[in-house]
Amino acid sequence: MPNELPANSVGLVTPQTLHFSDPLLLACGRSLNDYQLVYETYGQLNTNKSNAILICHALSGHHHAAGYHSMEDKRPGWWDAYIGPNKPIDTNKFFVVSLNNIGGCHGSTGPSSINPETGKPWGPDFPKLRVRDWVHSQLRLADKLGIKVWAAVIGGSLGGMQAMRWALEYPSRVRHCAAIASALNLSAQNIAFNETARQAIISDPNFCDGRYLEQNTVPRHGLGVARMIGHITYLSDHDMGEKFGRDLRSGSFDLGTDEEVEFQIESYLRYQGGNFAKSFDANSYLLITKALDYFDLAREYGNDPIEAFKHAQAKFLVISFSTDWRFAPERSREIVDALIGANKSVTYAEIESKSGHDAFLLPDERYQQVFGRYLAGIET
Amino acid sequence: MRIDLNEIQHWIKERSRILDLGCGDGTLLKFLIDNKSVEGYGLEIDAEQINLCIDKGLNVVEQNLDRGLGNFADNSFDTVLMTQALQTLHFPHKVLDEMLRVGKECIVTFPNFGHWKARYQLATFGRMPVSDLLPYEWYNTPNIHFCTFKDFEVLCREKNIKVINRQVVNEESGKLLKDVLPNLFGETAIYHLSK
Repeated sequence: MPNELPANSVGLVTPQTLHFSDPLLLACGRSLNDYQLVYETYGQLNTNKSNAILICHALSGHHHAAGYHSMEDKRPGWWDAYIGPNKPIDTNKFFVVSLNNIGGCHGSTGPSSINPETGKPWGPDFPKLRVRDWVHSQLRLADKLGIKVWAAVIGGSLGGMQAMRWALEYPSRVRHCAAIASALNLSAQNIAFNETARQAIISDPNFCDGRYLEQNTVPRHGLGVARMIGHITYLSDHDMGEKFGRDLRSGSFDLGTDEEVEFQIESYLRYQGGNFAKSFDANSYLLITKALDYFDLAREYGNDPIEAFKHAQAKFLVISFSTDWRFAPERSREIVDALIGANKSVTYAEIESKSGHDAFLLPDERYQQVFGRYLAGIET
Repeated sequence: MRIDLNEIQHWIKERSRILDLGCGDGTLLKFLIDNKSVEGYGLEIDAEQINLCIDKGLNVVEQNLDRGLGNFADNSFDTVLMTQALQTLHFPHKVLDEMLRVGKECIVTFPNFGHWKARYQLATFGRMPVSDLLPYEWYNTPNIHFCTFKDFEVLCREKNIKVINRQVVNEESGKLLKDVLPNLFGETAIYHLSK
């Protein structure tokens, strides 16, 4: 972090924690009797509480979406390019709430929290979660904050799935729903990538059937490989080629040399994997990827997305990115077609980008315009 | 508002469901929502035009018409509109079929390439016509499939498309002559079609 905060930053922010002791009945039939949610807010809630926006995070996200925790921070929150004064999610206009979901590992109750019944970390015993459980817990957060209706619920990727589920589960409490780089459900290829990542974790000898914290260890290697697999799928072939090409970090192909060769991309992926493994919990990764796999917006509506969206009252913004092959534009178009079939309001833009799935996190002029101009039209 | 857009409102029923292909900055759609209480969606591919639709609060969907309308169900709209876009399509005849499949009725407007000015330029100077209405050179024009009113009528006959209404509008000149010799003096045609 430079010495001075940028003018269009929300500035220094402090996470807050809310404790919930009403049992949360989960989709799996079990209950979470006692849990906490960590969240951050940016901007001011207006007097009639009509300017609140909920941000739903994706697989590796958390509550820290914008601003800085301290002047020593190297980087701002994960969606800082889009949240702040005069940014698309304009904090001069909106009150933004961003939380860490239950099951996560950044402060909200999850597998690495202590199970009050055993006094040990939950680990693999933490209840399986579905997207609707997150949405339900977010509803409880809204209630505690006194927010009856969200001006918008917004999310990218898995976050977009939460936003859409909100629009179906609690239609009267969402005025606008933005699903960015998202899908009605995961494709078989997507599930395949997730399962490969999970197997990398489970086959790490330090995984200890998920009870690694009790053994004072972590499956760092497996989690690192899981992240490497994920990371490949978030980038485009073009982007990876442009950034790394076939450049070597060390060694050479000169005849007569027997040196070990290391490509730049290998070193980059290992670095990313290693870093991620230091800050993320393996059981959370397993749990969240499964929630992703299980999500199917229209399952309970006879597998008919048009029928599903008939239950929504919100207006929708759908955005996709041209080189995103994990949540390809065709998957967003399925959402749009179903919304039109259900006679719902929808705006859809397909952003030309080189950055693959990651594009939804990165600054891009057209994406910022579409997003910002749509949100500018929301009444508060 | 463009003169053809003003005429179209008379053929649109109150509170009907509209799909506007190549909706541009959304002027027509907004006008029909405000004055005819229609529910409508616009399809557009130009980023700046999409932004202008968003500013108006319209339902705008980024979609390339040349990829067809396969994502829309049969008869799912009361009227499918396409103003001044027919000549920009790679497969205008296929899009026309699709419009009639998706909409109970269709309204199409297009510039008349048989207008006397166009004929005069081509016949006298041997050059492709450039005018106020068609201000492009042949190599940079988005208009790749020109037709005259007569050409369009022939296509409708071949396809057994029913012409409910037809109207010819001119921005300025030839307002009287256009009714006598539309294919020579008419600038823009508006066709109201059904299966």
